[in-house]
Amino acid sequence: MTSSSTPRVVVTGIGVAAPNGLGREEYWKALLAGENGIAELTRFDASRYASKLAGQIQDFEAKDHLPSRLLPQTDVSTRYALAAADWALADAGLGPDSPLTDYDLGVATSTAQGGFDFTHREFHKLWSQGPEFVSVYESFAWFYAVNTGQISIRNGMRGPSAAIVTEQAGGLDAVGHARRTVRAGTRAVLTGGVDSALDPWGYASQLAGGLVSTATDPEAAYLPFDTRAGGHVPGEGGAILITEDADSARERGAAHVYGEITGYAATFDPAPGSGRPPGLRRAIELALDDARLAPDGIDVVFADGAGRPDADRAEAEALAAVFGERGVPVTVPKSLTGRLAAGGGAADLASALLALRDQVVPHTAHTTSVPEAYGLDLVVDRPREAALRSALVVARGRHGFNSAVVVTAPTTA
Amino acid sequence: MTRRVVITGIGVRAPGGSGTKEFWSLLSEGRTATREISFFDASPFRSRVAGEVDFDPAAEGLTPQQIRRMDRATQFAVACTREALADSGLERDRLDPYRTAVTLGSAVASATSLENEYLVMSDSGKDWLVDPSHLSPYMFDYLSPGVMPAEVAWEAGAEGPVSMVSDGCTSGLDAVGHAVSLIREGSADVVLAGATDTPVTPIVVACFDAIKATTPRNDDAAHASRPFDSSRNGFVLAEGSAMFVLEEYEAAKARGARIYAEVGGYATRCNAYHMTGLKKDGREMAEAIRAALNEARLDPTAVDYVNAHGSGTKQNDRHETAAFKRSLGSHAYDVPVSSIKSMVGHSLGAIGSVEIAASLLAIEHGVVPPTANLHNPDPECDLDYVPLTAREQRVDTVLTVGSGFGGFQSAMVLHRPEVAA
Repeated sequence: MTSSSTPRVVVTGIGVAAPNGLGREEYWKALLAGENGIAELTRFDASRYASKLAGQIQDFEAKDHLPSRLLPQTDVSTRYALAAADWALADAGLGPDSPLTDYDLGVATSTAQGGFDFTHREFHKLWSQGPEFVSVYESFAWFYAVNTGQISIRNGMRGPSAAIVTEQAGGLDAVGHARRTVRAGTRAVLTGGVDSALDPWGYASQLAGGLVSTATDPEAAYLPFDTRAGGHVPGEGGAILITEDADSARERGAAHVYGEITGYAATFDPAPGSGRPPGLRRAIELALDDARLAPDGIDVVFADGAGRPDADRAEAEALAAVFGERGVPVTVPKSLTGRLAAGGGAADLASALLALRDQVVPHTAHTTSVPEAYGLDLVVDRPREAALRSALVVARGRHGFNSAVVVTAPTTA
Repeated sequence: MTRRVVITGIGVRAPGGSGTKEFWSLLSEGRTATREISFFDASPFRSRVAGEVDFDPAAEGLTPQQIRRMDRATQFAVACTREALADSGLERDRLDPYRTAVTLGSAVASATSLENEYLVMSDSGKDWLVDPSHLSPYMFDYLSPGVMPAEVAWEAGAEGPVSMVSDGCTSGLDAVGHAVSLIREGSADVVLAGATDTPVTPIVVACFDAIKATTPRNDDAAHASRPFDSSRNGFVLAEGSAMFVLEEYEAAKARGARIYAEVGGYATRCNAYHMTGLKKDGREMAEAIRAALNEARLDPTAVDYVNAHGSGTKQNDRHETAAFKRSLGSHAYDVPVSSIKSMVGHSLGAIGSVEIAASLLAIEHGVVPPTANLHNPDPECDLDYVPLTAREQRVDTVLTVGSGFGGFQSAMVLHRPEVAA
């Protein structure tokens, strides 16, 4: 229910930590070059598992990015989140000397898995050694609010803050909440999602969902919308974005305005067996309404791309229902990173903003044959240059979460 | 015209009884429900007392399949959802699915099931690599707890925005605050909102043992939670859940609903100070209180009762007392302030919602629940903490607050709708 007086909310900073690139430009170059972040899992001996691949972040030395006192108290996912937050804040020019301080700045992040590697180690200590061996940091290194809390503390951000959990839709729902918070009067809110659960117990637990591919070829294990689709590959990482009141960004002369968050909506699927229609189409339509755009106002869709025939078909049907058959270019660049849980939607949103900046759609690597019946114009083989003004980003979380965000290129004044 | 939001249904599962009625009896009689941990052998632990809930999922009407797949915390939330819906008089089939939302708070989510499954997969902690042949099909949902709000949504038939709000120990306030935003902005007309946590499990007990946040008063479990008392030495871990039906005010009035209260204002701030520590000055909690009162367009003197966070740690009780003085001025000394954690313990992410339930019932019954076990107040805590015995008085407006790890400080103002009219 926007009105003309509703503040506009723009993105002024981006930080990405992804399996195929650390940092905004490294990630973006990797997407356009088709560099694959999926490889054989090397964190532990996975020989007992039916699946053996993961999208792992390589070459991240935590001590190069964080003060040493934070290392014993942080899970690997929190280290990625803190680093990505540093990059996003620096990108936005919101360092220690910025005019925005204290209650001007909030944090709204999502994680679906919390500090799982860390907590697995503490479970192991508790049950193999005893309670007195459990870390003094376990009480907060594990829980789902940890990234929001640590980012707030590290950067002196005291405004309204939150942590949202909606499985793989969480990255977009955090952004929706950040926009809501900025509209309510907080000048800038750091948002996004980051996840990692690639320790033995975390990886096993991801397999328990029954949705992970057992293919062994890293180029052919996660094939969104492909006739050969047989599951996804779990990955780690995500993206942090700075959302900011457009007037604030202009007043302080923000270096970048990547785009405006013009639309957001979330819906939930009906209970299994109810016979009612799924909620994805409704989420997309509500987000378009929110952005006051007709379907032909969307120039590219960053799809969820579950990589399973049933879920891919359902998403293709929703897209065709809204945009018409082959009505809009669709892409799933996360075929190069694996699915990053709450990090996935946030990374896709970063990709969409960079696509608006560079007027190019990154392709869906590895997918080669899309069923005709899907009616999709899927961007495959190589990036596609196009005139892009608005992009739709879609994310779905297990059990029925549907989220959609519309971003629009900044108007050149 | 801003849409106003009211609460029309309550469901509670808390130590000392199941259901809203038993919960209120406990509070209004000033009885305590903390006890020695009975769920597992707690002898290796420093703190061995807890607020446990006697909860029988079969007697609650959950099916064998629901009991198998749902973590205990989810079972609590579903039971509370049923009670809240029944209490509101809103039949499930009268709800518009597209306009019905869910916001569920939880700090440690499926901790109980995580620990149970860990013991199986690791062969009681022996195997770091864990054994995939003993992998439960539900393990994904214990890792990634989106299923918890999903189960509530299925129970209520909600197909609008559904989410878990996991802000540690302010989750229960923040989830309801989030629900208020959804209704005000027009994303939903009805929200099932609340929180649940069932952390009385070895890993969580060990977490708080490690930082000595929980009390070692194991020889007097029934009187172990002593907020604001000079003898207090840590909080008592507990489980619990509370769920509410939130509705847009005009719609609730039109259907003749019983209205417990309007959510007049809500705000949250972070202290950006320390993941577990609090500054003595209470600055950020005071700011949240000021912002919540401002949103409700109420003066501090309008507050008839303050439902405190009152966890029973020295740093919290002093931090919070300072925050009340800073935000309410001289009225801080006049208004009754109490902590129900003295009776039901601290159920982490759930307690904010359990405390909202207590606040609504205080308005409903005209009774301020006491702070049990408060015999000798800490000299630095010099407000009226309503020691030992409940107080009958008219309550139109309640301020309830929460404070949690990560630095979260939240405040909510609940009042009779007439107060703002």
